[in-house]
Amino acid sequence: MSDGEIIGSYIVPVHPHTYLVPEQNPGWTKLREAFDEAALRIKNSEADLLIIYSTTWPSIIGHQIQADPNPEWVMVDHDFHDLGSIPYSFNIDSEFANAWNEANHQRGLKSRTVNYHGFPIDVGSVVALKLLNPDNAIPAVIVSSNVYANRSETSVMAKACLDVVRSTGRKAIAITAMSLSNRMFTENIDPADDKIHSLKDDEWNCKILELMEKGRLEDVGQLSRTIQKQIRIRKVVAFKPMWWLSAINDNRNDLTGEVLAYEAIHGAGAAVIHLDPASCGTGDKEYDEDDVEYFHGDRSVLDSNDPEATAIDEEVETIDEITTAEENGPALWEPTTVDGSVNTDSAPKPVGAYPHARRVGDLLYLSGVGPRQAVTNSIPGGPIHDEDGEPLDYDIKAQTKAVIDNIALILEEAGSSLEQVIDVTTFLVDMKRDFQGYNEVWAETLGKIGPTRTTLAIRALPTPIAVEMKVIAQLLE
Amino acid sequence: MAKGRIVAGCIAPHPPHLVYAENPDQNEPTSEGGWEQLRWGYERLRESLSEIEHDVIVILSPHWQTYVGTHFLGLENFQSLSVDPVFPNLFRYHYDLNIDVELAKQIHDNAEKAGLAVKMMENPDFRVDYGTITTGHLFNPKWDKPLVVISSNRSTDYYSAEVMQEMMIELGRITRETIEESGKKAVILASNSLSHRHFTTESEIPEDMSKEHIASHAMHLWDMRIIDYIRSGQTQRILDEMPEFIEQAIAESDGGGLSWLISALDTPDYPAILHGYGTIIGTGNAVVEWPCYKHEEESQ
Ligand SMILES: [Fe+2]
Repeated sequence: MSDGEIIGSYIVPVHPHTYLVPEQNPGWTKLREAFDEAALRIKNSEADLLIIYSTTWPSIIGHQIQADPNPEWVMVDHDFHDLGSIPYSFNIDSEFANAWNEANHQRGLKSRTVNYHGFPIDVGSVVALKLLNPDNAIPAVIVSSNVYANRSETSVMAKACLDVVRSTGRKAIAITAMSLSNRMFTENIDPADDKIHSLKDDEWNCKILELMEKGRLEDVGQLSRTIQKQIRIRKVVAFKPMWWLSAINDNRNDLTGEVLAYEAIHGAGAAVIHLDPASCGTGDKEYDEDDVEYFHGDRSVLDSNDPEATAIDEEVETIDEITTAEENGPALWEPTTVDGSVNTDSAPKPVGAYPHARRVGDLLYLSGVGPRQAVTNSIPGGPIHDEDGEPLDYDIKAQTKAVIDNIALILEEAGSSLEQVIDVTTFLVDMKRDFQGYNEVWAETLGKIGPTRTTLAIRALPTPIAVEMKVIAQLLE
Repeated sequence: MAKGRIVAGCIAPHPPHLVYAENPDQNEPTSEGGWEQLRWGYERLRESLSEIEHDVIVILSPHWQTYVGTHFLGLENFQSLSVDPVFPNLFRYHYDLNIDVELAKQIHDNAEKAGLAVKMMENPDFRVDYGTITTGHLFNPKWDKPLVVISSNRSTDYYSAEVMQEMMIELGRITRETIEESGKKAVILASNSLSHRHFTTESEIPEDMSKEHIASHAMHLWDMRIIDYIRSGQTQRILDEMPEFIEQAIAESDGGGLSWLISALDTPDYPAILHGYGTIIGTGNAVVEWPCYKHEEESQ
């Protein structure tokens, strides 16, 4: 089985009014009808798993995933306890929860499952599951919202979930339980008087809905911090659910969106939105931010003596795929410079006495090129092991792409270009793990140019990299 | 009826770790101890309070977070299982606690008269937050005194620390005056940490004290600054610096407890007793007592 996918996404509001007292306000009734419509769509789809990311379940130690196969209790809202109680008994896919937890670890994330009698499932998850899955026909999983997590951690966590959806062949529905603007009236109000707290909140909500109607989920994700600043009070550190939902939808901007309802709940912006993965045909996308595959951690507070590691900076984007120079292998050399040598500051320094390339007639022979970066000596996609030789997860595609970029830089310095490459010998340290990823990047780059190619498995390379290429190219006329 | 009074005012933290470390019968998980400095601090506080006659404990807990006004537990008794949503591995506590509904309702009514948004919580299915349970347990493990439990209004988030203080100073004054009217002797308690930056990782053994320390030097400096004011009776300065403290130390007093406490104690200018200080997963925590009763006696 390998055809798992996200077959739909929903954004739903968190407050209990839609479940307990929809009749008290026409807007709440409309939201309830939209919930019922969403439930019907889910029921009529092939969905076999509901995945809920809830902003009303905060966590501190990484993310938590509900893994109690049958959690039962009675939920009472902290604010709206006078509206009544919600008894629940849910059907949780604990096997999926455990696999997701494992996949999180594989991608460098802190995460744990929770399976405790009486665990207080949060109001957002309870309302979503009660209304979207009324007869518990479809098993669910619920994940917390980490109060410290930033975009990278949240996106990588979504990708880990997607790994498991794919590998287990699930047809999954992704759900974020959240408000748009989350400012409520701070006093009791007559239900008849409910409206969006302020005009500014309403305008921003409408902007979000306009983007959603166009399926531009990734754009909303990239506006997350702005939206947080404009219309949200600090219950979570950012408008995170959109990072999660966008990443689990492959960061797309061409989904088919439909707003089923938009109303106020006690002042907060409440919407039921359906995003279908079918392409709506647009799809312009501009990446302002990294697409991170693996979480390298940002705050190894417990184990580190480095004061920098404990510094507080909520705004710092936490992750990059880069490690520092000293972790990346042997000492660096200045390239040799005998006649016919071609060297460039744009390519990484050699690890021995040799040049980047030699010119012979109208041919260029390149020394083996790896993915290390010229100035920082960092490795895109991450090193394959740490200083102690402990294996690390890494991204072969990012490494392969960096190798080819480095080759292009050397060729340009020599007055040639990637298009002039005629023969490549590739060395992989883990053929089984990496061949496919490497081959995909090849197909999109050098494969289109058409040099001859030989790929070999070798035991190790001098730096903690997974791929190196030996290239022969022609000089330009 | 004799005039009621506040006999002591305390700051006491509520991370579930402290109950977990103690292994009481009510808590399901078991530990090998840990966080002794703070638990000994609580022990000294209990000893000190055992010498002061009191009828009721009034708690403001930042883990009952209300966005729509300030709420009060409004039923005589609450019994259930409290599972911490953040540290369920440490805290699954079977509680059985009594509420002084009369006093709770009086504070509620007076606050309402003063124009604050308030609500009584009268849903029997409501689960009491783990902050209240943790402090309640450490404060009075026998649970033989009724409580008044006040929610934490999130006005810092909604408006600003300044607005929060305005509201909490008002609520503090109302709390004091209502206790005086009631004829009861009350211990009042702000359940909160000081600096509040957590580690985001947990060690293999949560109670491994070789891993416990303050999250950063800046947090330490803020904690010591506040403790200095506490020990030297400069509570007005705490109120004055509260917005900076909250912002820079991510202080848990953003929940209003400390401002409410200081106001209820009428901004004391005499030193408090520092029973203990320690860190819990990087956050700074102090166990503090303003011995109002003794202070009144001495100044007579
Ligand atoms: Fe707390």
